[in-house]
Amino acid sequence: MASLKTSKDVQSVSGITVRLAGDSGDGMQLLGTQLTNTSALAGNDVATFPDFPAEIRAPRGTRAGVSGFQVQFASEEIFTPGDTLDALVVMNPAAMVTNLDDLRHGGILIANEDGFNEKEFKLAKVDSNPLDANVLEETYRIIKVPMTKLTREAVSEFGLGTKIADRCKNFFAMGLVYWLFGRSLDPTLRFIQAKFSKKPEIAAANEAALRAGWAFGETTEAFGESYQVEAAELKPGIYRNIMGNQALAWGLIAASKVSSKDLFYGTYPITPASDILHELTKYKNYGVKTFQAEDEIAAVCSTIGAAFGGSMAVTASSGPGIALKAEGMGLGMILELPMIIINVQRGGPSTGLPTKTEQSDLLQGMYGRNGEAPLPILAPRSPADCFDIAVEAWRIAVECMVPVMILSDGYIANGSEPWKIPEMSGISPITVSHPEGTDEDEPFMPYARDEHLARPWAIPGTPGLMHRVGGLEKEAGSGNVSYDPDNHQHMTDMRAAKVAKIAQRIPQQDISGPATGDVLVVSWGGTYGACHTAVSRCRSDGHSVSHAHLRYLNPMPSNIGDLLRSFKKVIVAELNSGQLRLLLRAEHLVDCVGVNKVQGKPFTVTELVAAIEQQSNAVKSDSKLKAS
Amino acid sequence: MSTLPVLKPADFASDQDVRWCPGCGDYSILAQMKKVLPDLGFPREKTVFISGIGCSSRFPYYMNTYGMHSIHGRAPAFATGLKTTRPELMVWVITGDGDALSIGGNHFIHALRRNLDINIILFNNRIYGLTKGQYSPTSVEGQITKSTPMGSIDHPLSPLSVALAAEATFVARSIDAHVKHLGATLKRAAAHKGASLVEVYQNCNVFNDGAMAYAQERKQRADNVVELEHGKPLVFANGTKGIRLVGTHLEIVNTSDVPADDLLIHDEKDPNPSIHMMMARMSYPVMPEPIGVLRAVEGVPTYDDQINEQVTAATETKGAGDLDSLFTSGDTWTVD
Repeated sequence: MASLKTSKDVQSVSGITVRLAGDSGDGMQLLGTQLTNTSALAGNDVATFPDFPAEIRAPRGTRAGVSGFQVQFASEEIFTPGDTLDALVVMNPAAMVTNLDDLRHGGILIANEDGFNEKEFKLAKVDSNPLDANVLEETYRIIKVPMTKLTREAVSEFGLGTKIADRCKNFFAMGLVYWLFGRSLDPTLRFIQAKFSKKPEIAAANEAALRAGWAFGETTEAFGESYQVEAAELKPGIYRNIMGNQALAWGLIAASKVSSKDLFYGTYPITPASDILHELTKYKNYGVKTFQAEDEIAAVCSTIGAAFGGSMAVTASSGPGIALKAEGMGLGMILELPMIIINVQRGGPSTGLPTKTEQSDLLQGMYGRNGEAPLPILAPRSPADCFDIAVEAWRIAVECMVPVMILSDGYIANGSEPWKIPEMSGISPITVSHPEGTDEDEPFMPYARDEHLARPWAIPGTPGLMHRVGGLEKEAGSGNVSYDPDNHQHMTDMRAAKVAKIAQRIPQQDISGPATGDVLVVSWGGTYGACHTAVSRCRSDGHSVSHAHLRYLNPMPSNIGDLLRSFKKVIVAELNSGQLRLLLRAEHLVDCVGVNKVQGKPFTVTELVAAIEQQSNAVKSDSKLKAS
Repeated sequence: MSTLPVLKPADFASDQDVRWCPGCGDYSILAQMKKVLPDLGFPREKTVFISGIGCSSRFPYYMNTYGMHSIHGRAPAFATGLKTTRPELMVWVITGDGDALSIGGNHFIHALRRNLDINIILFNNRIYGLTKGQYSPTSVEGQITKSTPMGSIDHPLSPLSVALAAEATFVARSIDAHVKHLGATLKRAAAHKGASLVEVYQNCNVFNDGAMAYAQERKQRADNVVELEHGKPLVFANGTKGIRLVGTHLEIVNTSDVPADDLLIHDEKDPNPSIHMMMARMSYPVMPEPIGVLRAVEGVPTYDDQINEQVTAATETKGAGDLDSLFTSGDTWTVD
């Protein structure tokens, strides 16, 4: 299939941020994913932000039912899905009124005018047609398209009923968007053929709608020119687009392979972690066993049981589920078994905002268990980074015989970006050794320790090493139940030291920008992109600001204290009320400033830039005062 | 040529001092378990005991096998993770009336429902012993305990009824003091392929002494207990009384008053648990209580077999997975 080429003028731009918004049933997620993949295949750097409602199907046409997908595609390296929109596609009034504020002045608004009628105004609770507002013409480039009508015409030859024909209109919208931004139709045409292979008339209808949308852009006078975004200069290699949860799943399987272990995944469905389960169930032929437990607690307990038996054992959930797992995690910790516990964080507290992003479970991860129960904590910084973090988490778990926590979040989990595909041979093996059987001449010490303070992973089935583990405090070495005061102190200190010692083996904290200066921005988790972009922008504006993004939260790299003290002001930007800030202040006695946002949305680059500038200017005027 | 050592009960004893109260029914269960294990053909290293929390749950520490003293109510969940990944091990769950039916009710039901090939031994002393005397989900109505000074207002659960509701494929009851019967029942539970539940009436002589004396004491047992045998009629009181099914309920008859055919014949293999349910509800003093194997349905696929079969089947159909191929499958692009 030859690529369609426009005959109209093409303007080259370095990047475009588009948001597609419609009713939950309108296929905006599909449209967004297709646009992302197509752009990635064209060589753009991409970053996405899907935004959907918590309910499965909120009432049709309402504001609560609006589902959106935002993607930025660019010819340079980008780290966020964009602050303000260059283009907004809306399928109904509710989508328009809930999203219009994010469209920049002069931006393009494409509306399906067939979706704007009295019935829809009522559902969206607007008094009149929002497309008729006077101010619109002055502020935006508005293009009203009768998408429903045109889609029906385009698919009329296939004799589908109206309801099914209307479902093709998201492909019409897609075709139009592809024309506008110079995207190739080929990947989506391939997708349609594959997905609807069993329903050829649907496939044909969708293809017709897609081509009709493209043709509309090409022929209609409403569109004067289209835009082109060239390929970005990424490092050489083979790439694919990957979503965070998928990268986590693949990273877990990779970790199991490089450690020669079979993966056991015990879990319970919860937004936004369920997709890890869905992904892992596909890989039984990789030896992966998935177990959907009866509840969150059974999930973590089954994971511990599998770890006791010698498997690579993982469980995942979100905030509320992690809360339920607390007792189990404490047991895993005192048993000193290797496993991974993943928290894909979402808006809290309690049931909170299931489909919105947040990073407010850091302190829960640090302290959310009874007693002194420290656990190593890692946090990926982007969708693709989830792969590396999964492998690293298992490496630490096995080395130290300890449950390791991964703190991801909804934004990373559902977001996607290009991933430079690694070769399995390039991933360092993770050495796992189990003590061999004996004839029981010598008593076995299940709680003896090696140089990492890890105990031996003696697994059932091994002759001569029979022992009992349990949640009660145990005597060093023998593992027998012990309430001895000195022993309890010793074991508490050992378990803490074991985790702290990891700092000796992890990389030093790296920094973007000079190692000393006026302002240091510290961040962790999914805020990496926004913080990185904001700091870069401020540096090019002349501010002395650097960025340190933590991937190891517990223990932290050993140079953190020195880093903090090398700057006049430290900003900790996080999507919570100041959790990392609390840890840094407590540990290093540095009075960090918090930039906090708890709105269920990621940081915008703009708001971070404003906060950095404020601190930077304060430092500059302080210096002036001192100098005078 | 070396031969496998013949194990003796003493070989299964760990080096830990047993710390149950003198006179506790748990000693008897421990002794019977140690007697039964050598005959089951599993070496000690392939035997695992997993317990929850409670007096019952101290059990693993006294066995020279692998063991885990886990958290309250959750032993079946640990067992699920272990058995599905290590199906060749013999896995026992040791639990109690509080551990399994209060906090652990959920996991109890699902482990049985899934027909995991494990043996669940539920020590029922109808009280919370470890925490010193609160009532439990099996305590009788009106029982006066530390937490129910005016008498319990809860109606008790029957562990057997709950297990049958979960369609457990092996359901049995025995008594701590009835040692030969206990040993035989444990043996049958171990031999069953699938989830086995054995409720053991266990006397807590400190906090609930004699609660089940009607069944435990030799002199009282005959009149209050029906010893079930597959294919045989339900009789008790030294053969003078029997149980008859009339419509949808069971009634006590004098065996001399009715033809032998009238008596209910025990069918432990009946796939329909309805009659087993009726038997589970037989309760002293209104009815004698059944002991032995109520239900033993063989041939039902086990969860651990099936989860492993799916992995095998997937590997046969798709071939062993190759991650390099997976990563580069679908839409990729190259940057030079």
